[in-house]
Amino acid sequence: MDISFEHVSYTYQPGSPFEYRALHDVSFSIPSGSFVAIIGHTGSGKSTLLQHLNGLLVPTSGTVTIGDYRLKADEKNKQLRKLREKVGVVFQYPEHQLFEETVAKDIAFGPENFGVDAKEIDKRTKEAIRATKLPEELLERSPFDLSGGQMRRVAISGVLAMNPEVLVLDEPTAGLDPSGQREIMDMFYDLHHEKQLTTVLVTHSMEDALAYADHIIILNEGEVYMEGPPLDIFQHQDKLEKVQLDVPEVIEFVTKAKHKLGIELDYTGQSVAELAKDLAQKVRGGRDHE
Amino acid sequence: MSHIEFRNVSFRYQEDSPWVLKNVSFTIGSDEWVAIIGHNGSGKSTIAKLMNGLLFPQEGEILVDGETVKPDTIWNIRKRVGMVFQNPDNQFVGTTVKDDVAFGMENHGVPREVMIERIQTSLEAVKMQDYEKHEPHRLSGGQKQRVAIASVLAVSPQYIILDEATAMLDPKGRKQIMRTIRDVQEEQNLALITITHDLQEVTEANRVLVMNEGEVWMEGGPRDIFSKKDQLKEIGLDTPFVSQLAEQLGHAGIKLSREPLHHEELLEELWTFRSNM
Repeated sequence: MDISFEHVSYTYQPGSPFEYRALHDVSFSIPSGSFVAIIGHTGSGKSTLLQHLNGLLVPTSGTVTIGDYRLKADEKNKQLRKLREKVGVVFQYPEHQLFEETVAKDIAFGPENFGVDAKEIDKRTKEAIRATKLPEELLERSPFDLSGGQMRRVAISGVLAMNPEVLVLDEPTAGLDPSGQREIMDMFYDLHHEKQLTTVLVTHSMEDALAYADHIIILNEGEVYMEGPPLDIFQHQDKLEKVQLDVPEVIEFVTKAKHKLGIELDYTGQSVAELAKDLAQKVRGGRDHE
Repeated sequence: MSHIEFRNVSFRYQEDSPWVLKNVSFTIGSDEWVAIIGHNGSGKSTIAKLMNGLLFPQEGEILVDGETVKPDTIWNIRKRVGMVFQNPDNQFVGTTVKDDVAFGMENHGVPREVMIERIQTSLEAVKMQDYEKHEPHRLSGGQKQRVAIASVLAVSPQYIILDEATAMLDPKGRKQIMRTIRDVQEEQNLALITITHDLQEVTEANRVLVMNEGEVWMEGGPRDIFSKKDQLKEIGLDTPFVSQLAEQLGHAGIKLSREPLHHEELLEELWTFRSNM
């Protein structure tokens, strides 16, 4: 589904002493099928933006359009239920929201609420746990007997069982160890392609944005600060540093190699091995010119 | 006598459950920075909890400066071994930053005059002196962890354990906290025990303990540890980007004289290599 924000502002508790403007005149569009990373410092407005994607928040001014659904200030938003069926949100630490007696019941909770019939739920549950790589034996176990990583996969399965068209991920790998992080991100990446989802990833990790996203939106103090494909964005190290953001390590290294060794490496997303080959060639090449 | 010592420690959570730690022995000096790494479930966090008596081993013994950790010594032990946990929201009790820092000292019966002074110095150490009257839950994640560290410092321990204390922070917040901690460690001559997945953090430690399936799997300086990439891969642990790049450079025919730990070292190595060609 296409997503667009047009001049969206959001203010918490307007007119009170706690008034806080979290988003200000935010406009962007995300074409259907893209994998977008939203990056920003703590307090940049990422979470507020995310909550607009399934209508948990409605703009104070401006319009949010998601597929055929429109969220607008002062307009009655009747179709929220429909919207929430289409937009699956994996919140931070989603395992904290598990509550059912068994894994199967927990996964079924969402679709049941939307009136999906038992047979279909069963089918979707099996599909969801296949995608999240959970063994079927776990379905009848209590989610609270599982490891942290498994609990997170159960929570994610619950979102997948809704068959969403848009998947919103809020720091989905927080608190996992590095191999767990990679497994979860690879899983989302595969799902994104298989199911042709539109994926919105809210993250602190420049490395993930580089590895998975095809478009990056950088928020700062509630405004869109930068926007573009990862490799373009990461060209602007100075501009990123101004808002206290880093570039991915590989790009930092490429820049240092240029400054300290005068070696120009062109980073286009190659693997460490390929980069090493380029680098080796250039280190040697330096002598040939002398 | 000034060290934490694990002597043949084994631990399990219940009698019928598997051993989480199996015959673990090591020592940590009173001014050392030791990073403990390993998979989730490798026993790292259990080690932390055993060090200040949140758990007790079924077998073996843990000594802090020569004193055995057991139920009747924990109050004394906890004055010397402070701990900062992963989630800053789970460790606040006071309604203001000041109260929160005071809480630990109150429990240890620190006299009022000393308390007032230590609140000041420990908040200064983590650069939070301007936030004395703030409500902890309204602070950012990084600020919360600073306050949590100040609360630990106020009790003036010799050993500080950080159990994934930076895992929930954003990259900048993480770097700032680590810088603060390092400064404090150097100024006050403390021991740091960091339990972490962050490889960059590991490269800065004096020594690394690699845990795997409840056992100390490897022990050494970060340079030694990260030069054993194949072995680390075997137990599913990553190596830093610089290490990986150095390894691949090796395959491409560029042999470096030592394992680089950060960008600058690798670039220096390449500089040397080029001038020797």
